[in-house]
Amino acid sequence: MPSPKLRSSPGPGRRIPRSLHPIAWWIWALGLATAVTHTTDPVLLVLVLGVLAFVVAGRRSDAPWARAFKYYLYLAFTVVVIRVVFRSVFGGVPAGEGMIVLFRLPHLPLPSWSAGVQLGGPVTLEGTVSAVYDGLRLGTLLCCLGAANTLANPKRALRVLPGALYELGVAVVVSLSVAPQLIESVQRVRRARKLRGGAQGGFHVLRSVAIPVLEDALERSIRLAAAMDSRGYGRTGDASPVARRVTGACMVTGMVGLCVGAYGLLDGSALGALAVPAFILGSILCGAGLVLGGRQVRRSQYRPDPWRGPEWIVSASGLVPAVVLLAGIGFSSVSLHPSTDPLVWPSLPVVPALAILVAAVAGIAAPPPLRSHRAPDHAGMVGPRQVAKVAGAEPLPVGAPE
Amino acid sequence: MFEHASVTYAAAETPVLRDVSLRIEEGELALVVGRTGVGKSTLLGTINGLVPHFSGGTLSGRVVVNGRATQDYRPRELADVVGVVGQDPLAGFVTDTVEEELAYAMEQLAVPPDLMRKRVEETLDLLGIAELRSRSLVELSGGQQQRVAIGSVLTAQPRVLVLDEPTSALDPTAAEEVLAAITRLVHDLGVTVVLAEHRLERVIQYADRVVEVRRDGTVSSGPPAAMLAVTAVAPPVVELGRLVGWSPLPMSVRDARRLVGPIRETIAPQPVPPPRRSTPRTPGASVLKARKIVVRYGATVAVRDVDLELVGGQVVALMGRNGSGKSSLLWALQGSGERQGGSVDVGGVDPRSLSAPKARHLVGLVPQTPADLLYLDTVGQECAQADEESDRGSADSARNLLDRLAPDIDSGTHPRDLSEGQRLSLVLAVQLAAAPSILLLDEPTRGLDYRAKRTLIDIIDVLASEGRSIVISTHDVEFVATAADRVVVMADGDIVADGSTATVVGASPAYAPQVAKILAPLAFLTLDQVERALAGAAS
Repeated sequence: MPSPKLRSSPGPGRRIPRSLHPIAWWIWALGLATAVTHTTDPVLLVLVLGVLAFVVAGRRSDAPWARAFKYYLYLAFTVVVIRVVFRSVFGGVPAGEGMIVLFRLPHLPLPSWSAGVQLGGPVTLEGTVSAVYDGLRLGTLLCCLGAANTLANPKRALRVLPGALYELGVAVVVSLSVAPQLIESVQRVRRARKLRGGAQGGFHVLRSVAIPVLEDALERSIRLAAAMDSRGYGRTGDASPVARRVTGACMVTGMVGLCVGAYGLLDGSALGALAVPAFILGSILCGAGLVLGGRQVRRSQYRPDPWRGPEWIVSASGLVPAVVLLAGIGFSSVSLHPSTDPLVWPSLPVVPALAILVAAVAGIAAPPPLRSHRAPDHAGMVGPRQVAKVAGAEPLPVGAPE
Repeated sequence: MFEHASVTYAAAETPVLRDVSLRIEEGELALVVGRTGVGKSTLLGTINGLVPHFSGGTLSGRVVVNGRATQDYRPRELADVVGVVGQDPLAGFVTDTVEEELAYAMEQLAVPPDLMRKRVEETLDLLGIAELRSRSLVELSGGQQQRVAIGSVLTAQPRVLVLDEPTSALDPTAAEEVLAAITRLVHDLGVTVVLAEHRLERVIQYADRVVEVRRDGTVSSGPPAAMLAVTAVAPPVVELGRLVGWSPLPMSVRDARRLVGPIRETIAPQPVPPPRRSTPRTPGASVLKARKIVVRYGATVAVRDVDLELVGGQVVALMGRNGSGKSSLLWALQGSGERQGGSVDVGGVDPRSLSAPKARHLVGLVPQTPADLLYLDTVGQECAQADEESDRGSADSARNLLDRLAPDIDSGTHPRDLSEGQRLSLVLAVQLAAAPSILLLDEPTRGLDYRAKRTLIDIIDVLASEGRSIVISTHDVEFVATAADRVVVMADGDIVADGSTATVVGASPAYAPQVAKILAPLAFLTLDQVERALAGAAS
């Protein structure tokens, strides 16, 4: 039920900046990620990267984590490079007939028991291209997750966790806040080390940096834990030990069920018949565990993120490519995996491409982000034209924006 | 509140707190005083049960807060009664923005969302931080962070607020802000506040009760005027009162101003004695010339075209707000810190052009957290390592230096077990082993009590009389008045004042020491000067 709120957005074409519900961003990103896992077509993958970049550029806040997207891009690039290098060095497949050999690395003969692995030898264009495709798919997948991390405040996302998982969430929050402090104290101690001179190298230096840093980290964690404790963190109310144990059992078995089920569903070949029941049973057990556990923690939430129209549109726009590519609607699934042997020019399957472009709607449908202490003119990043488009559009069938 | 409470930590033979019986009434501001390491923090920790539930150790006797004994309630169950704010606010922050941090405690207490919203707004106004609401906590200044930390426990509406040295890291102005917020809570809301503080001159005037923790772990309490007549630590205004025998003792500059008339007349004809008792030092030759120093971190300029000349045998105090570029300047002078422009000349050499082990022979720096330099298991090993690192020719060994700075430190002690003052001495000895002619100290007075500061002043005196040039960055005006010959004030990366201590510090409202405020317009800065002038007038 998409709420009509969005359409009644303020007249002059400026929407009130707010942060979108983190779960909506995660659904959107995971939807794209699912689509990515089903194709090796470089054109589609680059299209996904473009959509990610468009949305991230328009809708990220100015918080520290929001500047991370470019690092995910570097990471994706590194993945491609590593993939290609490994494929070239540990090629595995000897050059077949008709393959184009780019160059030859010195070949190192290995004993016969290492069949399937070979060091060096000819590097073929086909092999390299296939490695690039694979690497690009993995890299794009990473970028999807990176985009979610960039767009949604990780701490707010964790707050959405059900009550029973709350403690887990807080553990993550603590490590999130201690990690940057750790880096800072390493820098501080290394700077201080210089003051003492005497950098002989090796173990000595490691020790001289590690000990003060670890002492510092330990002290900080203890102080943080003390502060959290004295501010009421973990007030358990009146849960009996039995109830706690039942919750734990439900969660663990449920998780196992979920894992088995998910593996079966995604793999397809293994435990085919078992997959669906295991998945369903797992979900039920996990749900029960969460409900039981949630009862034990009494707490409330300050300014919970609302789930309104934009949230529906964003998550739906992310799910469109996932559904289209999974179900194979309107195209042959062969076109998602361009052949590398023989090498053919990758085609652009029209329907999947359009489906991926639908995800870019998120970049317009999401409200402009809060940018805390800069000039308010960022609200103007959404031009009147774009807003008019969204305001007039039905939630889904917006084709390609632009 | 306390009934025969004693605290013993596992490894110690003697209790930290011994048979404490103490009652803090509702709505009081109780000031906990005592020398460093006597157990002030332990006393504060017992109030919400962090001691012993969190810290370990055993508590005998009872501590009762608002009818709840801490034996039966864990700290988290007392969160709605006691709010605790620590020394370093950043270490206790759980979330990232001001608003979320204020709401955190309420979320834990399951306060309904609409009430939460209202309380957050009220608290923002109460502490004057409304304009910071969506700011990230790490970007705030020290004083703002401390006020947010206070606000974050206030939203749970505790009856008691426990503050452990809330102003120790703050510059005088920021400390005023925080203290103003605290007194407002006491007066307007009737919150009971228990506060530990080293620099009594800042808070004594607001206190309703003084609780003194003594060396042997016993505790006594009473009204401020009566207690301060006998306590081991006292602010300058009280020391002055003790010196001239006022009764009741003045607690604030205002009290003292009203009593000081006759004294001022007595000493007015006397020449103002030199600030220090030791032989007046003759400033030597210039040892360091810095020209147009620029330090920037990304887009922020920390130090802006600063020129500075240091002279042998002179003690320079570097003052200024938090974040005004003091530390950056010190690090740039030493040569191991960032420096984007300008030149430093120490005897014809730029320390930055040298390797780190060589640079420290020219300029030594003791960083803000001296413990960063220490990593070995015993004091003896640290000293030996320091000697090895400084491949000294004529210089003294670190162990000898340490004995001169702080006698009676056992070589087998672990550096972590030393007191703040002793640890500072050890790091000083380590740095002095390289025999630098220039010594820079970044906020050495943090966490030192009056006696430890006096020891530090004596050490600095000796070092300066050996012809070294010393720069100390600090917020402590009383320390500056006694220790420094020259004061340099920085603001926003620039040097805004540079001159003798009397001219710079005496005239400034924020930086004037208490004695100067009391005796204005006479140019007295320290109690010592008054004492000598009185002696001169009597003879």
